[in-house]
Formats: sequence, structure tokens, C-alpha cells
Amino acid sequence: MAGHDPRLILLDPRDNVFVARMRLPAGERIETGAGAALTDRDIALAHKVARRAIAPGEKILKYGAPIGVATAAIAAGSHVHVQNMKSDYTPTYHLEDERADAKG
Amino acid sequence: MTHLQGYLRGDGRKGIRNVVAVAYLVECAHHVAREIALPWREHDVHAIGFPGCYPNPYAERMMEQLCTHPNVGAVLLVSLGCESFNKYALERVVRASGRPVKTIMIQGTGGTRASIREGRAWVEEQRVALDAAETVPMQVGELVIGTVCGGSDGTSGITGNPAAGRAFDQLIAEGAACIFEETGELIGCEHIMAARAITPGLGAELEKSVAKAARYYATLGYGSFAAGNAEGGLSTIEEKSMGAYAKSGASPISGLLKPGDVPPRGGLYLLDVVPDGEVRFGFPNINDNAEIAELIACGAHCVLFVTGRGSVVGSAISPVVKICANPETYRRMSDDMDVDAGRILEGKASLDQVGSEIRNLVVSLAQGARTKSEELGHQEFILTYKSFEPLGPACLPAA
Repeated sequence: MAGHDPRLILLDPRDNVFVARMRLPAGERIETGAGAALTDRDIALAHKVARRAIAPGEKILKYGAPIGVATAAIAAGSHVHVQNMKSDYTPTYHLEDERADAKG
Repeated sequence: MTHLQGYLRGDGRKGIRNVVAVAYLVECAHHVAREIALPWREHDVHAIGFPGCYPNPYAERMMEQLCTHPNVGAVLLVSLGCESFNKYALERVVRASGRPVKTIMIQGTGGTRASIREGRAWVEEQRVALDAAETVPMQVGELVIGTVCGGSDGTSGITGNPAAGRAFDQLIAEGAACIFEETGELIGCEHIMAARAITPGLGAELEKSVAKAARYYATLGYGSFAAGNAEGGLSTIEEKSMGAYAKSGASPISGLLKPGDVPPRGGLYLLDVVPDGEVRFGFPNINDNAEIAELIACGAHCVLFVTGRGSVVGSAISPVVKICANPETYRRMSDDMDVDAGRILEGKASLDQVGSEIRNLVVSLAQGARTKSEELGHQEFILTYKSFEPLGPACLPAA
């Protein structure tokens, strides 16, 4: 298997997400190590990117540990965040929908 | 050879600062306390206090531990007069510790102006005496260091927190006591953490403390998670927890403390900050400074504060070392940051290098160096209502 994109960090070989080492624009071609994929929107520093396709209900793995569960089908290269995953413990309070750059 | 200098206290502990604490015993005395301390805002006279008018054993113990903290050399208590706080007991405890102490009762002294005048005159005398105090040699193994993270983002768990953990491992190897905390941000990590306890009984107590936190926050309806955490790329409390847990390093866990408990010896300790019993008085810690005050009440000489989004706070009584996990934040806010851990993300430094840098910075604070937040005059302090039961027998196993 080829190596993954150097702009992405793989914290544990079991993980199904990468962490962005730098900002990536929407539509950017990234190398997952198992083929190329496109980012679905702007990815900010240290946000998560799907390493492969993730099915609804599947655990999101980071640091080799479950950090929540997918609430939608997630394509490889997509931003993995509050819009497509949730906690197994307490709901996440956020203002992501209120931000001007998140509108429209 | 590392030469640290400390101020020797009556209980044998040594401080790395020689602060005059001006302690208000109800919010009604806060302004007077702040005004008394004002002329020395750059000269280690710090206002601390408790705002409530109703009695609370947790708050009274916190104030006792803070007023007899090794970094404190003298204490002025500022009472309105009619509040419920047991000012007599607090004054007795401070006096028994060998520190100069005085209580000003605003209602008896004749109001705001007279109280400020009398308070400043007393603080001036103490400051002169403390500034002439001799220091004694101190070892790294005599230090107590706390760690907290605040304004966390997706970088915190990759750079700043594990680097703080490496610093902890080095300091513990040198005999220091290190304390990590916020059980509400260890949710999901309880089993791997329990496996690091020095006894199975302690491991069970560590797991129980996290289960209590999960229950407490579930009742409140929110996790220990702010909107900015999500903006910074953290999606769930479990994800934040995995990152926060990295602050603990890799040393065995020697004990479980509650706020105000001083570690009995060197090693790594978890501070259980979530109240016992039914949910009351609101959120366990309403902000980062509430946690910092609890670490200091456990005797922390300094606190390592890892931030990704960019916190600016410091604290009364003990210096706060700010470790910036995010390289973008560091470039914007470098005036507030002591350590640039975001270099790790950019491949410019290793975790071990930044860990050693943090360890050396901690030691330098006991050699006269001051942190960015100290230089900027940050002296935040907050204390609110809580209730705790005493530690169980398995929480502090014999070494």
C-alpha cells in the first residue's frame, strides 16, 4: 500500500480518519494510501478527514480508539465532524451552524 | 547541577514565590480587597476569595489550603462582617502555619476608604519583610506541578498535551509530584488509565471517578466541551478526552486526590474535580481558572496550561506556563505563550524536545524566571460552591 499524503497525519494504523497537518481547500486531491480522494469542503488545521468510506453507525477511530459514531455515510476525503458523527456519551454543543462561513 | 531556590515554610514545604494573598470572604468585600492589592499589581500581592455568603465546607477548605500554600508568605483577610464564611477558623489556620495574618472587617473598620487604607498599610509592611526573606536550596523533587488544558482543539492532543506528558515523566523521574485532572475530560479513557494504577484498588477508584463525571455531566446535559473545541476540530467529548489524557504522560498513577489534598510524595496523581453526591451547585468547574485554583490548592507550585485555540489566563498564587499546541495560534498570540509546541506539527521539533523544554522552564521558575502571564499581570481566580466526601482508603496506596 502506498503511503498517505504528507499533509495528513495518521495517528494510529487502526484509524479511519486522518488529521490535517495544514489547511486544505475544498476539492483538493489527497492521497489516502489506498487511492486518491477529494476533500468535500475546506478542512481547517487539525480537523479530521476520512481515510476510507465509512458507513452510518460505524465507529470513528482516532488514536486507535473510538471517539464516536458516524451518523451518515462518509466518503473517503470528506471532512469528519459534527455534521456526520456524534458522541456515544453526551451530545456536542457547538455553534458550527451559526458561523457566517458555514451558511449557505 | 540544577540550583533551585525556595522560601521555607513552617510545614517544611518550600515556595517558589513569596506572595501576599489578600483574601475576600464574600463578594461584598471583593472590591475592597482588589483596591488594597492594586498598588502592588506587579509585585506579588494577589487577590483571591470566595464570593458566596452561605457556608460551604469545600470553599472553606480551599481557602485554607490556598492561604497556607507554599507560594504564600502572608495573608490579609477582608471580611464585610456579616457573611457566613468562618473567618475566625481561617485566621487560626493561617496563624498556626507561622504566616503573618490580619483580618479587616469592613463594617467595623468604617467602610471602604478606611479599610483600603488600613489594608494597604499592612500589606506594605509584609511586602518589605517578604522582600528581605532569605531563600534556601530546593530540589526538583520538592516541586508539585499541575496540568490543565483549555481552549483545546485538534492540535492539543497531538502536540501540547503529549509534550506536557513527556515533561511530567521527566519531572516524576526526578522525584516531583505531578497532578493531572478533569475527570469529565477522561471519559472513554477510564479503562486504559485504570491499568496504570499502582494497585487494583486505586484502578477501581480511578474508573469510579470517571463514571461519576460521566453521570454528572449527563445530568447537566452538556459535556466538558465548549463551542470553540468544535470549531477547532474536536467533534466529541471522547475525542477531546483522548487528547486531554495525553497530558498524564506514561508514568504509573500513584493516587487519586480531591481538591485541596496535597500529594503525600512524588509521583503521578489524578485530581477528581467532580463533586460527590447528587448534582447540585451547577457545573463542576465553570471555567479553566476554577480547575487551576484546585490544582494550586493541592500544592501546585506552577501549572502547565496547554491551549490550542489560545487562552491568555494566568492565576493568582502560582505561575501558569502556557503551552501553545497550535502553530497558527502561536503566530497570532506569541506574547501570551511560553512554549511553542506547534513546532511538533510542522516537523520542527520532537515531542521529547518540547517535553524537555517544558521541564527546564518549570525549573527556571524556581530560579527567578517568570511566565508570560505573570509578566502581563494575569492573576485570575475563581472559587464556587461544591461538595465532596473524604477520599476512600484505596485512593492513596502506601508507596
